[in-house]
Amino acid sequence: MLAPVTHILPLAKIRRARMLPNEGNVLVREGQVVGPADVIAQSKVDARHVLVDICRELGIPRSSEVERLFEVRVGDRLKKGDVIARVPGIFARYVRAPQDGEIMMMSNGQVLLELAGKPFDLVAGLPGTVMEVIPERGVILETDGAIVQGMWGNGKIDLGLLLVLLKAPDGELTRDQLDVSMRGAVLLGGYCERAEVLRMANDLSLRGLVLSSMSAELIPLAASLSCPVVVIEGFGKIPLSPPAFRLLSGSEKRDVSVNGIAWDAFTGDRPELIIPLPAEGHAPSEIAFFQPDQTVRVQGAPYTGRVGRLVQVRPGLKRLPNGLRTRVAEVILDNVDKVDIPLANLEVIG
Amino acid sequence: MSENPASLHDDSILAIDIGSVNTRVALFTVVDNAYRLIASASAPSTANAPFCDIGEGIHHAIQSLQEVTGQVLIDSASRLIIPEQPDGSGVDRLVVTISAGPPLRLAAVGLLPGVSLESIQRLADSISGRVVESLSLNDRRLPELQVDALIHARPDLILLAGGTERGASRSVLKMVDLVSLALRILPAQRRPQVVYSGNQALAKRIKEGLEGITTVHLTPNIRPTIDVEDLNAPLEVLSKVVADIRAQQIGGLGALTPLSSAPIKSTAYAFNRMVRFLSRVYGAQRAVLGVDLGGSSTVITSALGGHTQCLNVLSPFGMGEGLPAALAQMRLAEILQWLPFAAQERDVRNALWQKSALPGALPLTDENLAIEQATAREILRLALRQTAAHWRVVGSSFDPILVNGAVLTRAATLGQSLLLALDGIQPLGISNLVLDTHSLLPSIGAAAEINPLLPVQMFETGMLTNLGCVINLDCRARRGAPVLRVRLEYEDGGDTRLEIKQGSISRLPLRPGQAARIHMTPLRGARVEGWRDSASFRVVGGALGAVVDARGRPIQLPADPHQRIELLKTWALAVEENADR
Repeated sequence: MLAPVTHILPLAKIRRARMLPNEGNVLVREGQVVGPADVIAQSKVDARHVLVDICRELGIPRSSEVERLFEVRVGDRLKKGDVIARVPGIFARYVRAPQDGEIMMMSNGQVLLELAGKPFDLVAGLPGTVMEVIPERGVILETDGAIVQGMWGNGKIDLGLLLVLLKAPDGELTRDQLDVSMRGAVLLGGYCERAEVLRMANDLSLRGLVLSSMSAELIPLAASLSCPVVVIEGFGKIPLSPPAFRLLSGSEKRDVSVNGIAWDAFTGDRPELIIPLPAEGHAPSEIAFFQPDQTVRVQGAPYTGRVGRLVQVRPGLKRLPNGLRTRVAEVILDNVDKVDIPLANLEVIG
Repeated sequence: MSENPASLHDDSILAIDIGSVNTRVALFTVVDNAYRLIASASAPSTANAPFCDIGEGIHHAIQSLQEVTGQVLIDSASRLIIPEQPDGSGVDRLVVTISAGPPLRLAAVGLLPGVSLESIQRLADSISGRVVESLSLNDRRLPELQVDALIHARPDLILLAGGTERGASRSVLKMVDLVSLALRILPAQRRPQVVYSGNQALAKRIKEGLEGITTVHLTPNIRPTIDVEDLNAPLEVLSKVVADIRAQQIGGLGALTPLSSAPIKSTAYAFNRMVRFLSRVYGAQRAVLGVDLGGSSTVITSALGGHTQCLNVLSPFGMGEGLPAALAQMRLAEILQWLPFAAQERDVRNALWQKSALPGALPLTDENLAIEQATAREILRLALRQTAAHWRVVGSSFDPILVNGAVLTRAATLGQSLLLALDGIQPLGISNLVLDTHSLLPSIGAAAEINPLLPVQMFETGMLTNLGCVINLDCRARRGAPVLRVRLEYEDGGDTRLEIKQGSISRLPLRPGQAARIHMTPLRGARVEGWRDSASFRVVGGALGAVVDARGRPIQLPADPHQRIELLKTWALAVEENADR
């Protein structure tokens, strides 16, 4: 049976798409090496339009009569006050551009002016090589490094030095662990259940906040933070899984790219941490089938976040203690507890 | 499409339903001159990343089906074998329904908010999507701001209506001009398709005017006169348009289109077809209700006398990916009131958000199962309230009520399924509650297009689980007061008399399949909607026999937590006795 995969890998070859929200210009070329803060593409977003009714402005009812009065063409870039149409004569009358913009369309005695949108800069977000350019839209970047995928992110992306405040997988991030010396860093904390902790983290101008888990009531506040926030295990008091704890606690003082993009099952976008490394990894498999000896992570209380080894997929359906019937696998958790877990509650870690 | 409706009666049919979490396949074939379900199977859907192609999920589901039936359906090159071969391999017909894919972004454009715009918004309700921008003649924004709003909303589809037959035309063309302007500003590859459901006198002109810019689909007028709304034909066209958009969005769907014997349909629309079909069978006395509580969306549909009353697809709004959107619209206290134990809001919120991140995960403890079921009750309540507000559905009296969605149909016991449906829907009158345990109704709805006999024959095979007839009593008497006298006169001899008390839910002593005549006499002002004071009717026992729900409408739970928890446990026990599958 097909299994969902979560990456917690010390070294992998990682390919990620970086795309503009709309059509624009890609500023890099294939093979180019880019840094995390490099602007790789630009576009204008939220462009507005102004419809200039030349007939009405000039008091000429028939659109066919005003077309000969136009002094501009589609594609012309105009400054505010530039003449769009003119009635010649001693008492010449003008219709001028109300704002800077580009002529998009001219028809029925009307001119559509597109005003400049807000500039949007797309940054690489991680150091890597441009493997593919998608014209007008973005690039595919490739890098080697460690990767830890999370459950929830606040939509922001940044990169900074990792500081590990989490001393044990089940630790809690508290306010007294934070101080101004952490400004500009990416913090690895534990479980967070207090709003004051997030507010203080925001005041510190962090480059990123990584939490093992978080109380779900903090979601609106975490979403509003100016730095990226990534929650690795999910909601409630869930310890960081041993593989993620080992990997991240051993990566202190390394640069880490924190991508808080929302988890989108359709596109495969997922919040994640990438720690670029000067070594060559292999592309991780995105596809797995449940089979013995896989490392799996369990979802669902009382085992949420625990990691174990899959022993066997049991044939047929089995009734759970709460009465539900489903397919299950036998799993040894933390090399100790042997339990039956529904396949639907397992993710392959790899 | 291979279409030959005249000679289909001996054909085997493979139905594929592609959901956001699971892909289900079902094989129907003719046995003794009637269609029978041979087997069904499912596998995880692969419409999402990393596959981004439905083929893998379908392949695994069909492999499971082959293992169960022993019938070869795919060849060595992994191609579906169509038609059925002399050696018995393959199938003659294929039907496909789909609910996978992200919610569509819709723009609704009409003339007047209370007329065509309202109708077009109801049409938008019928598909998995949300209206991200609405334009009408009453819009006070400058035309260019309306155009900008339309562009910035990034719709996948524009639904356009306005003008009754022989009614407004200049105003409609004015709205079309705005749409045309927005479409022309957008790059060709980002232009949404347009569905026009307005004044038919303008249809050809609008199609010709916009056709060079984008694809335009025409439907009959959704509002032929000011006071008549006709959704049936627009719903059918829209279902096909959505399938067309999905074919562009979702890998592998386009390849299925030429193999399919009928146009690919949205699962919700196919479900609605079955509800319509049943409402024709049941006549024009009572409306038929269908509810489907899925992971990403919730579908509420009803029909009366073969005509759709409502088809409301709330999306995202469900028990998985749709949970955050649902939670944003309800108070957590409403969920907590259904829990048979004391719980903290924080713990429940955490459990539900965790569920939303991994929609397929099952609850492993009694407590988490109860939290999911409490949430399902409130999601159903809210979905029905919203449907009643948006659609012209009068009352809450339905028969039968078709229930779909794993949380409802695959509860730990049939008693849990019954209580979930009753608490969530809180129907009035007398209703048969029917579980679509294998999620087959949409597939049958789609297959009905190539063989209208199939639904009729399938309903006779017991592929659905009829929980039983439920008598819903509305009464304001004090808790514990007798409110109904019931006498069951068994057709195989003997009778039983019972007295039902206010605030109770009771199973009547009727075995599955056993027929009896129920004579009921309401007391203390109690009433059963649609029935006179005293009445009698024939009933055949369902899986839970027959049930009297005398908890009142709406169900009022005690404010005292201890009393509330005890009452919930009492109700759960009352429907559980001998109810295990």
